[in-house]
Amino acid sequence: MASALINVPAKAKRGDIIEIKTLMSHIMEPGYRHRASGETVPRDIITGFTCRFNGTEVFRADLFPAIAANPFITFFTTVTESGKFEFEWIGDKGFAETASASIAVE
Amino acid sequence: MHDESTRREFFGLAGGAAMLAVTLRPAEATPAMLASAIRNVVGTAPVQTGKVKLEIPPLVENGNTVPMTVSVASPMAPEDRVRSIHVFNEKNPQPNIGNFYLGPQAGRAQVSTRIRLADSQKVVAIARLSDDSFWSASVDVVVTLAACTEEVI
Repeated sequence: MASALINVPAKAKRGDIIEIKTLMSHIMEPGYRHRASGETVPRDIITGFTCRFNGTEVFRADLFPAIAANPFITFFTTVTESGKFEFEWIGDKGFAETASASIAVE
Repeated sequence: MHDESTRREFFGLAGGAAMLAVTLRPAEATPAMLASAIRNVVGTAPVQTGKVKLEIPPLVENGNTVPMTVSVASPMAPEDRVRSIHVFNEKNPQPNIGNFYLGPQAGRAQVSTRIRLADSQKVVAIARLSDDSFWSASVDVVVTLAACTEEVI
């Protein structure tokens, strides 16, 4: 089953810029390959990724078939208070997964 | 005389074969598709070169997973920041790679991911700043093993 790897620092100082690394296991079938029988393998990709901090969106991405399997995305954000990051991936065939990570800001 | 005609035939055949090869090539993003995909994002605004740094290895062994980092020189202040980063390619079956939207608290305009490249080609990154100006960078990448877009499984 789908599983996520999230790397968020456990704690940071107020105002720090932190790096967040995310990986979601997914085949990211581009929809251009064929089976030996000639039929096209239907597209099955993650199309969207969102990261929210305490309910506010801090990063969002639209993904296309040109993103490699098991999408790995890293980005930055500034933290000013303790709280929880929530991550959400949505995709073809009703794919929807979430993950979360907490950070303590002092 | 005879030699000349066989030579002509040979070139004729070779030319025909080349034409056939061209028509049989799979659908892929042509530079026109790349240009229209970019237009879809920037509209009629001019795209300036600079500010954006696109890091991709210039020589890629495996096109199935190519590390890529885009960073933009920006103070990331509320009134002067990067709103979004868009990455395009020239020769994959479709021209888009990814759109990344940065929040006002991003702090640093940098994203990394891993992409697929179906051929040696140009990759273009475009950043949209808060004043709605667009900045770009492009890199030519040589791919040894193409991503498996056409592979039979």
